Amino acid sequence: MGKQAVITVRQLVKKFGAFTANDHLSFDVYEGEIFGFLGANGAGKTTAIRILSGLSQPTSGSVRVAGFDAAREPEKIKKNIGYMCQKFSLYEDLTVRENIMLYGGIYGMPKKVIRERCGELLDRLQFSAYGDRLIAGLPLGFRQKLAFSVAVLHQPRIVFLDEPTGGVDPVARRQFWELIYETAAAGITVFVTTHYMDEAEYCDRISIMSEGKIVAIGTPEELKSTWQAASVEEVFVKIARPQHVTI
Amino acid sequence: MRNEQKQEVIRASGIAKSFGTTEALKEISFGVNEGEIFGFIGPDGAGKTTLFRILTTLLLPGKGSMTVLGRDVVREFRKLRGEIGYMPGRFSLYMDLTVGENLRFYASVFGTTIEENYDLIRDIYTHIEPFTNRLAGRLSGGMKQKLALSCALIHRPRLLVLDEPTTGVDAVSRTEFWEMLRQLREHRITVLVSTPYMDEAMRCDRVALLQEGRILAIDTPENIRQGYSRRLYSVRSAEKFRLITALRKFPETRTAWPFGEDVHVTFREEGRASGLENFLREVGITDARITEIRAGIEDCFLELMGGAHAGP
Repeated sequence: MGKQAVITVRQLVKKFGAFTANDHLSFDVYEGEIFGFLGANGAGKTTAIRILSGLSQPTSGSVRVAGFDAAREPEKIKKNIGYMCQKFSLYEDLTVRENIMLYGGIYGMPKKVIRERCGELLDRLQFSAYGDRLIAGLPLGFRQKLAFSVAVLHQPRIVFLDEPTGGVDPVARRQFWELIYETAAAGITVFVTTHYMDEAEYCDRISIMSEGKIVAIGTPEELKSTWQAASVEEVFVKIARPQHVTI
Repeated sequence: MRNEQKQEVIRASGIAKSFGTTEALKEISFGVNEGEIFGFIGPDGAGKTTLFRILTTLLLPGKGSMTVLGRDVVREFRKLRGEIGYMPGRFSLYMDLTVGENLRFYASVFGTTIEENYDLIRDIYTHIEPFTNRLAGRLSGGMKQKLALSCALIHRPRLLVLDEPTTGVDAVSRTEFWEMLRQLREHRITVLVSTPYMDEAMRCDRVALLQEGRILAIDTPENIRQGYSRRLYSVRSAEKFRLITALRKFPETRTAWPFGEDVHVTFREEGRASGLENFLREVGITDARITEIRAGIEDCFLELMGGAHAGP
């Protein structure tokens, strides 16, 4: 299986004044991969994700996402990615169908295509009976699956997820991950950021950032064996803040 | 394992609470012993916050009765408030006050001073003391959490109630935070904590698993794990989605749930794992590794939720 990179980052530096938020990051993310992007608060994750999603420019280095250059073609990147965060993704005072139509419209999809995909999406999630219900009254697990499906409605090359399964019950959480696996198996790259180390264990590969640098990258299994840890959480605690003095 | 002269500091009997047609709590009963770290583990919407608000006298129960530190939560709420430290989900800090001002404010509200109880918070507060003059709004998540804990402790409460203290906090800060809670045991402070993170159950002395307003189980984490009655297997393959799909097709599969890198599987009849390897090979999955494992808290939670279906 030839791995094709959909995100290529080389020597990415981002400075804010004298502060270096991203310090020479280099990594690849492949097509159809579930990639976990971890780091302590303030490690520089948000800065990097803003660059990867075309919202911010690198100070130096090269970043290519979905075949486009982050410095010169950020608008093209935006059209070829999807984004979902746990806290806000859907408009609560719109119905399920209205949300789908709205997001499809924002991504410039023709109305006819949106309607078709809307029907398919509701069928696949077995949500057809809920098309005209307001988001506000729906259970959290349901909303998360819908938010994810909406984020990939325009069939992006990459979808970015920010703490996707926080707070849901264990069954809903697993249903959500199966949806992610299915999406990745269909060739869409899933880029996950999370604080929740349990969630990281579900990724194909993970990277851990600390103080603007990537300090570890590999499959969860590789990292656990390298750092002789039972869980990703243990790996994280060992390396994410090496200078930190514990009490 | 059980201590003979346990003193109960919380006793809840048939506590129910509804909001309109939503039953947030469905007649739950439990007891918490002095000096233990007791965890309510459950997803959003399980009723954790509602329960804690009743317990801290901020909300009246619809039905049932509850005594906390020997006082009735409805009739003796005033006296009780001075004896409880409560840290709500969104840390109740004043973002436009400095670290020092927040702490002084909380001390003064409870009629005490920082100096009087400094020994209790010293270990926690030293982490943020270098930032005494920084606005609380400008602290990182982990530091806000430590300040909020200091503020909740500054009047030396006998019971500390923490509603999702580790949500949104990174793994390093979470580990430190649990370490601090354990140290509070030396001061005989009872700690009640809620969390949606199943893995945090193992850090509590006893836990109640909460789902849709009901307690699914209440015991030590170890006893809950031992109560898992089925044989549980872990299956791993590089192609996770294909593996899950195949496991669902295997006729003997009872449940198949993804668990990080693995899929945890139970079978309709014990001992049917033997046919699985061949089945997987036939559908083209040749790298599957099958091992029998011990159930974790999350496996137990899934089982108690009524996991007797193979999944979605």
